[in-house]
Amino acid sequence: MSKILIQNGRLVDPASGLDQVGDLAITSGRITALGKVPADFAPDRVIDATGLIVAPGLVDLAARLREPGHEHEGMLESELAAAAAGGVTSVVCLPDTDPTLDEPGLVEMLKLRARKLSRCRLFPLGALTRGLKGETLTEMAELVEAGCIGFSQAEVAIKDTLVLQRAMQYASTFGYTVWLRPQDPWLGKGVAASGSVATRLGLSGVPVSAETIAINTLIELVRATGTRLHLCRISSAAGVELVRQAKAQGLPITADVSINSLLLTDVDIGYFNSSMRVTPPLRQGRDRDALQAGLADGTLDALVSDHTPVSEDEKVLPFGEAEPGATGLELLLSLALKWAGADHQAQPDAARLRRALSVVTQGPVKVLGEALGSLSSSAGRLVTGGVADVVVFDPAASWVVEPSALVSQGKHTPFAFETTGFELSGRVRLTLVAGQVAHDALDQTVVA
Amino acid sequence: MSTALPMRKPQRNPQLNAHGELIHLLSTEGLPKPIIHQILDTAEQFLSVNEREVKKVPLLRGKSVFNLFFENSTRTRTTFEIAAKRLSADVINLDIARSSASKGESLLDTIANLSAMQADMFIVRHSESGAPYLIAQHVAPHVHVVNAGDGRHAHPTQALLDMYTIRHYKKDFSNLTVAIVGDIVHSRVARSNIHALTTLGVPEVRVVGPRTLVPGDLREMGVRVCHSMEEGIRDADVIIMLRLQNERMTGGMLPSSGEFFKEFGLTPAKLALAKPDAIVMHPGPINRGVEIDSAVADGKQSVILPQVTFGIAVRMAVMGIIAGNEA
Repeated sequence: MSKILIQNGRLVDPASGLDQVGDLAITSGRITALGKVPADFAPDRVIDATGLIVAPGLVDLAARLREPGHEHEGMLESELAAAAAGGVTSVVCLPDTDPTLDEPGLVEMLKLRARKLSRCRLFPLGALTRGLKGETLTEMAELVEAGCIGFSQAEVAIKDTLVLQRAMQYASTFGYTVWLRPQDPWLGKGVAASGSVATRLGLSGVPVSAETIAINTLIELVRATGTRLHLCRISSAAGVELVRQAKAQGLPITADVSINSLLLTDVDIGYFNSSMRVTPPLRQGRDRDALQAGLADGTLDALVSDHTPVSEDEKVLPFGEAEPGATGLELLLSLALKWAGADHQAQPDAARLRRALSVVTQGPVKVLGEALGSLSSSAGRLVTGGVADVVVFDPAASWVVEPSALVSQGKHTPFAFETTGFELSGRVRLTLVAGQVAHDALDQTVVA
Repeated sequence: MSTALPMRKPQRNPQLNAHGELIHLLSTEGLPKPIIHQILDTAEQFLSVNEREVKKVPLLRGKSVFNLFFENSTRTRTTFEIAAKRLSADVINLDIARSSASKGESLLDTIANLSAMQADMFIVRHSESGAPYLIAQHVAPHVHVVNAGDGRHAHPTQALLDMYTIRHYKKDFSNLTVAIVGDIVHSRVARSNIHALTTLGVPEVRVVGPRTLVPGDLREMGVRVCHSMEEGIRDADVIIMLRLQNERMTGGMLPSSGEFFKEFGLTPAKLALAKPDAIVMHPGPINRGVEIDSAVADGKQSVILPQVTFGIAVRMAVMGIIAGNEA
């Protein structure tokens, strides 16, 4: 199917400020007309998007697809299908696979497999050090040639500051971005955020200083090396403030926050609910409020799903023994709408909708920057001549999270209706990647 | 921008049934005051049983009680065993050393297997905080769970026997000052005692120790945090000494047991700061010369041995009460 016409949808693109009802034409994977489509356009398929929102496909800066090595928890096929079901058309995956993504061959294989599935674009982060051991550097230039868009240590902090400095220096030689989750390896050993909940439940705590000490160290190393740094999963109010100060000084630093930290607190752990066991740990209400404010004012550039499928065996355990992580790709859009207050409205307020979509399209694309190559001018945007990565969703459709109904192999989420008791809104009806149908649920559209 | 989230579904306290009756004993947190008194009153009746020639009542006849100790503790397990046997239950002891995960069988598989053996009650000791909650969520409705100590979280039967002891000697909770001394941060006994004491209306609960073992955020549990024995013990009615684990020294939380004893050990001189009729308690086993001087442990104010006797009656009461309530 080479020509698609999406008719009468509300076209929304935060990057350009576009928000109008109109048509969108796609020819051979590219957007060829936006708003008004020439009368002589002869589509192979016409999609009626009346009442629906047509937006750039979502860009998620953090998802674990579990291949290779953890196929019992997730496979490329299931997890990229989950991405498409969530309207995510580009996903950044982490190197903490088994083996770790420190070999160009592995990266090429992943990219090739993802391309064959044609559900979602895959942008792997290579390991910053071999085996994520924090000892020797990986062949970064070769990994980039194989398709890596940056380098990360996933959850494994580099203990040796000298190695960390050299890894950052080396990456900066080539202008590569280093993606690190700021956490002190010693202070960060606990299973819940330090505070009254952890104290009461007798869970070992991770203090805020585990995050701020690491951020301060990294900021100093950025100052010294000039490396472009992306700080992953900020979790505390103090962390947001440090990022704000670093940006004000003009340092090349960006940052993201996960859907979990953005909307939940440690109180949600309740009676040891291991679905709430995530990294970084859920912190207090004031941290959540600061994260929400930081995302709104641009201190935090992107909202990420931090998608981590965890098997039943690894999750249904005492809280401290349960594997951290939650499924998230299919929730990202709805939770972005929720955060922005653009949920539960037949047609969301323009400013709120733009805010919601911005942190999952324009924001993450800015973080990726030049690493996107030829896509950098059109990914996460709706532009004539750009790639047709498009999501069509129904903003008014309410839904509740039933873990068993999720496409992802990972069924554990803190947002399960059983736990939260709240409804989400925003259902994806169609996802196109380069003009190809990656997810099609148009038949579920209820005609008003 | 702060988005107001809708209210979450209220989670029912998992140890109570819809009528507010005790079906599991998991924690003293959220344990209603009338239920605590019911347990203590029932224990008082059982104490007389323990003084009889035939020390048995038929309350749990035909029931199987499984002692499920994922973490070793001969003392606690034995007291539960004695209590269950005095209630005429069949007792099966299982010492499942350390973590279930390291054994290959998951915790819930173990529970499923034992449930298939017609278990009626699990007495659970586990090194992970919250493990008994997970078990209570997954057992059949007729099966009851008693937490015999989970990680740092809770040791409710110890707390209840401590409450029994305090009630026995002090009669009234409403005008007491209770000091808990030692390694508070790692202590499930301390947490359970704090909840029970505050529920019973004790106006001043103090926790005493160095900052590595008594962090300031304990204040949020409604206690006064003291970092000197002088401040912590003065005019106390009840002093609960906690056992100091050796790993606190190797873990860098204390320089030596000698220095700990000098600063926070209970000696006759320090005890003199408390009220003249103050009682000294300890969950055992005691480390003489580490947290407590022998002269105090064996002294007139020590009630450490009566605690053990009361412990059996309290555990009988807990098992008897929960076995009589339906999920």
